[in-house]
Amino acid sequence: MTTLTDDTLPVTPRAMRDEMIVFVLMALLLAAVPFTGVYPFFVMQALCFALLACAFNLLIGYGGLLSFGHAMFLGTAGYCSAHALKVWALPPELGILVGIAAAFVLSIITGYISIRRQGIYFSMITLALSQLLYFIYLQAPFTHGEDGIQGIPQGHMFGVFDLSKPTVLYYVVLAGFLAGFLLIFRIINSPFGEVLKAIRENEPRAISLGYRTDQYKFLAFVLSGTLAGFAGSLKVFVAQNASLTDVHWTMSGEVVLMTLVGGLGTIFGPVVGAFVIIAMQQYLAGFGQWVTVIQGAIFVVCVLTFRRGVIGEIAHYFRRSL
Amino acid sequence: MQALYAQLLVGLINGSFYALLSLGLAVIFGMLNIINFAHGALYMMGAFVAYFLLNLGGINYWWALLLAPIIVGIFGMILERTMLQWLTGLDHLYGLLLTFGIALIVQGVFQNYFGSSGLPYAIPDQLKGGMNLGFMFLPVYRGWVVVFSLVVCLATWFLIEKTQLGAYLRAATENPTLVRAFGINVPRMITLTYGLGVGLAALAGVLSAPINQVRPLMGADLIIVVFAVVVIGGMGSIMGSIITGFALGVIEGLTKYFYPEASNTVVFVLMVLVLLVKPTGLTGRAA
Repeated sequence: MTTLTDDTLPVTPRAMRDEMIVFVLMALLLAAVPFTGVYPFFVMQALCFALLACAFNLLIGYGGLLSFGHAMFLGTAGYCSAHALKVWALPPELGILVGIAAAFVLSIITGYISIRRQGIYFSMITLALSQLLYFIYLQAPFTHGEDGIQGIPQGHMFGVFDLSKPTVLYYVVLAGFLAGFLLIFRIINSPFGEVLKAIRENEPRAISLGYRTDQYKFLAFVLSGTLAGFAGSLKVFVAQNASLTDVHWTMSGEVVLMTLVGGLGTIFGPVVGAFVIIAMQQYLAGFGQWVTVIQGAIFVVCVLTFRRGVIGEIAHYFRRSL
Repeated sequence: MQALYAQLLVGLINGSFYALLSLGLAVIFGMLNIINFAHGALYMMGAFVAYFLLNLGGINYWWALLLAPIIVGIFGMILERTMLQWLTGLDHLYGLLLTFGIALIVQGVFQNYFGSSGLPYAIPDQLKGGMNLGFMFLPVYRGWVVVFSLVVCLATWFLIEKTQLGAYLRAATENPTLVRAFGINVPRMITLTYGLGVGLAALAGVLSAPINQVRPLMGADLIIVVFAVVVIGGMGSIMGSIITGFALGVIEGLTKYFYPEASNTVVFVLMVLVLLVKPTGLTGRAA
C-alpha cells in the first residue's frame, strides 16, 4: 500500500549511535555559527523553519499523513505569542508557553476533525481548515489584519537573557530548536514511534494486531501541531512580527517542500531541507515571482526523480538510517 | 429583497464554477487516482487563453469558449504524458505534490508577466444588458453562465453515465487491468480523461473572465474552496459533485446576504460540520 520509504531499517543500537553522532556534530556546527561571521538572522530563521519541518515530518514521515495546513499552527502560535508579549506584556518564556498552548488546543480540534478521513482527503481537509483560520485571522481585530502584529518587544528570557542581543537570541533559539529536535527524535524511537511506522506501512495489519490506529494518528497529529506551534513562537522573537503570510497556504506548501527536499521520513532531512529552501529564498529574493516558479520546479523534480531527498539518498547509499 | 436575489444569483454563478471544477477533479481522481492541485492554475489559464485570443488574435468570446478548453486540455494532456503518468503505482500524495508544483510554476510565470492585478475582459455584445424579471433585474451574461454551466455539467454526466465511452471509462476506473485485457487502450483513455477534466476547468475560466476579470491568482484561492466542496460531496458520484457544487454556491450566496462576515468561511465551516456528522461525505464511499 503506502510505500514512502522503500527501505525501512529497524532501530538498532548501531543506528541509534550513528544518529546521535550526527546530532552532536549538527549541534556543534550550529553552536559555532556566531563565531563564523555567518548572518545569524538567516540561521535563526532557518532553525525555526527546520523545527517546523521536523514537526511536519513526524506526521508525514512516520505517520504517513500529509498535512497541507501546518501553517495554521505556525501562525496561530505566532499570533498568540505576539499578542501575549505585546498586549499582555508577558515575559518571553510565558509568551512562548501561550503560543504552544494555543497550538495544542488548535491541534486537538483540527486533529479530531481531520483524522476522520484518510489519504488524500486528509490533505484536503487540513488545507481547508488552515484556509478557514486564514480568513478568521484576516477579520479578527487582535491580528490587525493585513498589517499584522508589529514591533514585538523581545524582553529578557527568565529575567536573565537579553533577547535584544543577537548572540543571546541566537543561542536561545538554538536551544529551543535542539530541545524540540531531541523530543521528536525521542518520539520516533519510542514504542509509540514504532507503532506509527507500522500504521504507515500497513494500517489494516496494525488494526488486526489490536492497535487503535486512530488514537495513534490523533496523538501524532497533536504532537506535530504543538511542536509546529513551538516553532511559530520562536519565530516571533526572530522576526519581531506576526503576519498573515505565516498562516497562508503558501507557507504550508513551503514546509512540505523543505521536508521533501531533505527527505520524507528521515530524521535530519527536514533540517537540511529548511536550510536549502531558506538560503534559496535569501539569494533569489531579487527575482520576484521567479522564486515561486523555482520552488514549483523543485517540487516537480523531487517528485519525479528524487523522492528520497538529500538525506534519504545519503542514508540509502550508506545503508544507514539518518 | 432585490439584494437577496442578487446574492442568490452570485451564489449560483460561484456554484457553477464549483460544480465544473469539482466535476473535473472527480473525473480525474477516478481515472488517475490523483487530486489535481493544478486545477485552479489551469482554470486561470483558460481565462488567460480567452484574453490572449481576443487581444492578440481578435478571436471572439464564442470561439474562445470552444478553443480555450481545447488548448488548455492539450496542455494538460502533455503534462499527463510527460509527468503524471510516471506516478502510477506510487502513493496518492506524490500526485498532489507534483500537481502542486505545476500550479506554483504556472501561477508564478503568469504573475511575473501580469502582476497580481486584474485584466478586463468585455462581455460579448450578444449577452450585454439585462432583463427585468419583475422580482429582480437579471444581467443576461450572468444568467447565461448559470444555464450554460448546468448544460455542460449535465452533458458530462450523460457522457460518463450513459454512453459507450463512459462505460469504458467507468470500467477502467474499477479495474484497469481487466479493461486492457479486452483490448481497450487504457493509458490513452487516462490521458483523454485528464484532458477532459482540465478542459472543464478552462471552460469555467473562460466563463468567469468577464465577471471576475482575468488574474494570475484567480484560481489559487478558488481551488481550496473546491477541495472543501469535494470533501463535502465526496468524489464517488458525478451527479453528487454537480449538486453539491451548485448547492454550496447558493448557501454561500445566502450567507453573503444574511451574515456577510462569514461568506468567506461558510463552505469550510460546512465541511467541518459534515465531517463531524457523516465523515464519509454526503455522497461518498469510504476513502
